[in-house]
Amino acid sequence: MATLEDGVSPTQTIVPPGDPIENPRRRDYLKIAAVSVAGVGAGVVVLPLINSMNPSADVLALSTTELDVSAIEPGQAIKASFRKQPLFVRNLTPAEIAEADKVPVSSLRDPQTLEERTKEGKTNWLITLGVCTHLGCVPLGAGEGENRGPFGGYFCPCHGSAYDTAGRIRQGPAPKNLEVPNYAFTSDTVVVVG
Amino acid sequence: MSFPWARHYEPKTPLTQWIDSRLPLPRFVYNAVGAGYPVPRNLNYFWNFGVLAGLCLVIQIVTGIVLAMHFHTSAVGAFESVNGGIMRDVNAGWFLRFAHANGASMFLLVVYIHIFRGLYYGSYKAPREMIWLIGVVIFLLIMATAFMGYVLPWGQMSFWGAQVITGFFSAIPVVGEWVRVWLLGGYAPDDAALNRFFSLHYLLPFVIAGAVILHIWALHIPGSGNPTGVEVKGEQDTVPFHPYYTAKDGFGVGVFLILFSTLIFFFPDYLGHPDNYIPANPLSTPAHIVPEWYFWPFYAILRAFTADFILPAKLWGVVAMFGSIILLFFLPWLDKSPVRSANFRPGYRIAFWILVLDVLVLGYCGGSAATPGVVIASQLCAAYYFAHFLIVVPIISRLERPKPLPNSITEAVLGDHGGSRMTETALRA
Repeated sequence: MATLEDGVSPTQTIVPPGDPIENPRRRDYLKIAAVSVAGVGAGVVVLPLINSMNPSADVLALSTTELDVSAIEPGQAIKASFRKQPLFVRNLTPAEIAEADKVPVSSLRDPQTLEERTKEGKTNWLITLGVCTHLGCVPLGAGEGENRGPFGGYFCPCHGSAYDTAGRIRQGPAPKNLEVPNYAFTSDTVVVVG
Repeated sequence: MSFPWARHYEPKTPLTQWIDSRLPLPRFVYNAVGAGYPVPRNLNYFWNFGVLAGLCLVIQIVTGIVLAMHFHTSAVGAFESVNGGIMRDVNAGWFLRFAHANGASMFLLVVYIHIFRGLYYGSYKAPREMIWLIGVVIFLLIMATAFMGYVLPWGQMSFWGAQVITGFFSAIPVVGEWVRVWLLGGYAPDDAALNRFFSLHYLLPFVIAGAVILHIWALHIPGSGNPTGVEVKGEQDTVPFHPYYTAKDGFGVGVFLILFSTLIFFFPDYLGHPDNYIPANPLSTPAHIVPEWYFWPFYAILRAFTADFILPAKLWGVVAMFGSIILLFFLPWLDKSPVRSANFRPGYRIAFWILVLDVLVLGYCGGSAATPGVVIASQLCAAYYFAHFLIVVPIISRLERPKPLPNSITEAVLGDHGGSRMTETALRA
């Protein structure tokens, strides 16, 4: 900074080497750097706001459910609850298993065999979320006397999606088979889901 | 703007002069809806609906603020606080609740007439494109707000509405399911979703109010359109907004309030779905999930896609449903006709009424169960809806020969009579 003591009048300007007046682009780096840092900072501030909307710890804590399936007879199904969503547990009859195995997998919209959708040696236990993969309705077919649709599995009357005896999508707008959650048999009759 | 002959605000008392020199808010109001805003003299009653929409917004905000004071925002308490607390225990709570719920229906009804008025009289055409664009934004905001408000009482339809509408987002490839879980804050609608919907339902009306101010600001640059679609040529074509249209709008407000009161006091549940009096049950879907009547046409477009074609049917449905509104943004550039009003466009006029019919049929389909006949009707009508904007309107605007336009608004209003009167005045002068 020039002062009067330097013998320079206040109106007179001194141009040091590398000054913006001689090198007008020099200041651009400063501006770009400052705006970039501010932009990154503003972006990072948004992260906790977005992250706060993810499922909270108490929602995630409901992530396992234990079920005793001993009372479910072949041909029967029950509706349980897993992560506050319906869960279908179905004891398939040999005829239903045969029907599911009869279907050529390549002809399916979401190709999967019944074996891939069940546990080894427990092919008769079809455990799926009871959430239609179209828009999330609960399909019919798990309750006593409910409409199981044209393929004998589950049927969503809201938008007409029909699932077969392996819970695979066969007709209607839903894009995927009923989702099989992670689960394990801890004994012959007890299943832990999640 | 104002035309050069617009009256100027002149504060008369010392107090108004003092205010005007510090915060010219009265001047702003005077120039917006007072004598400072000259308006075409020939506006018909379809031009009431902008003011009615503003009134609806005010009614919704006022009733909503009071209702929020009695509402419990939790999956356990929401249903009971609405159907028990507000409807039975809160003084006049039933009235506020019915006014707010039916107010939403009246708001959408008024907005639809306002939009179709714009379509018929070419209000979206130059130089008023920006008004139209902001209007479509307001429409989207209203739809989001109405949806989130419908979820709050946490009845069966509310819950499954939230499930289905957020299910749209799971149609997004790859990240869809994650987006849905993020929006809901869980795997199914629950406390987290209810709380954020409440928060946004309270916030968005104020965003709408801001967008409405932009909408009116953009309107005041070129000034109001009119049923002939002919530009204002001079002072004889306009009248000051106040008292002429304040009086005319006042009459419209009276008629509106009679209809609104009839709905509140005699048919308060007519437009709602009875299933919403059943508390939300996450384990059982209603046999027939339907949105409120004002979303039926869009719901029909969503359901019209039943087969996969390159993309999954679900994604097509969602894209088409949003597309049917996004399309409106492009309308000012799809319609090339230099003539605004459908009164002088015989071809467009027919297409307009077919579109009205088409949307009504779509609405009927969206409100019905998805039987095969209804699905086919939805498919045909959805196809026509898009064809109207993307094919019919652009072609008509090129081929059509419009009828001769009147030379001025005044001539259209008064005909030869006005012409001769003007000549007489000219002779006397």
